Amino acid sequence: MNVLTENFSTYGEGFLGTVELTVYASVLALVLGFIMASFRVAPVGSFRVFGTVWVTVLRNTPLTLLFFAVLLGLPRFGLVLPFKVFAVLALGCYTSAFICEALRSGINTVPKGQGEAARSLGMSFGQTLSQVILPQAFRSVIPPVGSNLIALAKNSAIAGAFSVTELLGTYRTLNELGYSIIWTFVWIAVGYLIITLTISALFNVLEKRWGVAR
Amino acid sequence: MKALDHSSTALYDIPGPKAERRHMLYGVLSTVLIAAVVGWILYLLFDTDQFTAAKWNPFTYKGIQELLLKGLGNTLKAFAIAAVLSLVLGAILAVGRLSDHKPVRWLATLIVEFFRAMPVLVMIFFVFVALKVQPLPALVTGLTLYNGSVLAEVFRSGVNSVERGQREAAYALGMRKTQVMSYVLGPQALRAMLPAIISQLVVALKDTSLGYLITYEEFLHAGKLIASNLDYDLPFIPVVMVISPIYIGMCMLLSWFATWVSRRQQRNPKVEAVDVAPAEPGTLLPGRQ
Repeated sequence: MNVLTENFSTYGEGFLGTVELTVYASVLALVLGFIMASFRVAPVGSFRVFGTVWVTVLRNTPLTLLFFAVLLGLPRFGLVLPFKVFAVLALGCYTSAFICEALRSGINTVPKGQGEAARSLGMSFGQTLSQVILPQAFRSVIPPVGSNLIALAKNSAIAGAFSVTELLGTYRTLNELGYSIIWTFVWIAVGYLIITLTISALFNVLEKRWGVAR
Repeated sequence: MKALDHSSTALYDIPGPKAERRHMLYGVLSTVLIAAVVGWILYLLFDTDQFTAAKWNPFTYKGIQELLLKGLGNTLKAFAIAAVLSLVLGAILAVGRLSDHKPVRWLATLIVEFFRAMPVLVMIFFVFVALKVQPLPALVTGLTLYNGSVLAEVFRSGVNSVERGQREAAYALGMRKTQVMSYVLGPQALRAMLPAIISQLVVALKDTSLGYLITYEEFLHAGKLIASNLDYDLPFIPVVMVISPIYIGMCMLLSWFATWVSRRQQRNPKVEAVDVAPAEPGTLLPGRQ
């Protein structure tokens, strides 16, 4: 117990580091995922190919390899940024592939008749998209997007091994100070549980409000 | 002609001649743009001397090739052990979750939910640092606990998705629960869940690269050793260019295998009583099936 009380600032720093990584990378993943999903359903062939390649490659890349390549590789092209930014980039790009697939399958669940009905009422493409299709797609993508963001929060632990301040990395400091290693890890685990359960609760609320009634 | 691919979405009408011409224009413009970006990246690679002989020379040495092959072998070894063990653990936990005894069910649920909510890396580090074991057992333990828990949920949902009539018919014939599970529900569930199981094994294969972080001598570790060697002019980018295609290729092969199995199973009369799981990356949300 005293591991937590005596090192509250260390834990707090790590916890906030993980939260920060998760939030920034989530935003990046959602934006990129949305762009890639719209590429994958676009009527233009080269957009579709680009989206498919992006998703297939990133989904099959081990995240450690991506971190390795981005954090240690990009500086060699003269692109020097804080490690935290690189970590957000790697995490965000990786998760964007999964978000893209979730969004795309959400769009595909909207029956074709909905779009046809909207068009036959004289709605323009923008109206069809914003008033008819996206609201319905949004409802069915809440659970899969939630589970992908939880996976992102868990994956952010890898950033700690590349010297970014985050929760798992705190064990090193505490280990050197000679605290009981078991308890150190117990509190780290609690920290991760808080984060993942918060995201889970958030998406439960979202789903209750807007989810599809089944 | 292109519109045929889209007949399944609600987004677009079948394009007329004008729209087709516009799409063509967009297609050409975006292709040029993508080609320009690729060209720029290639230029950057040449500009920073990534294709000089000095940086690619090490790959011609036998020692380096052996180092890489050994790393690859270690990666596959960790994957094979972790895959077998997580299938076993998954089966045990699934049996626990489907048990008729409340305490057993609760215990199994607790274990499954806890390990699914924890980052794999935390478990690996815990075993490695706190229990002070060798890198390989630590990596395998972490992967087994996580993937075993996820697979337990896959097995369980597979058994639950078998049509009710199958279970009822088996009980009506006087079979015991063990017999119903092992002769009737289990085999059907296993066939139907095969794509989901293989997809989860892809996750395990990807996660073996976490061994790099606890200094297990796997593929990425071998790459790192070569990349940080001053004698070869720090060939970091060439190493990434050699390693990534192999790693990504292995995962892609396994993913495609899952998709192939899924397509095959959907035509298979032996899984009629149960929905075949799509070959997708496993969902990871705790508390939701």
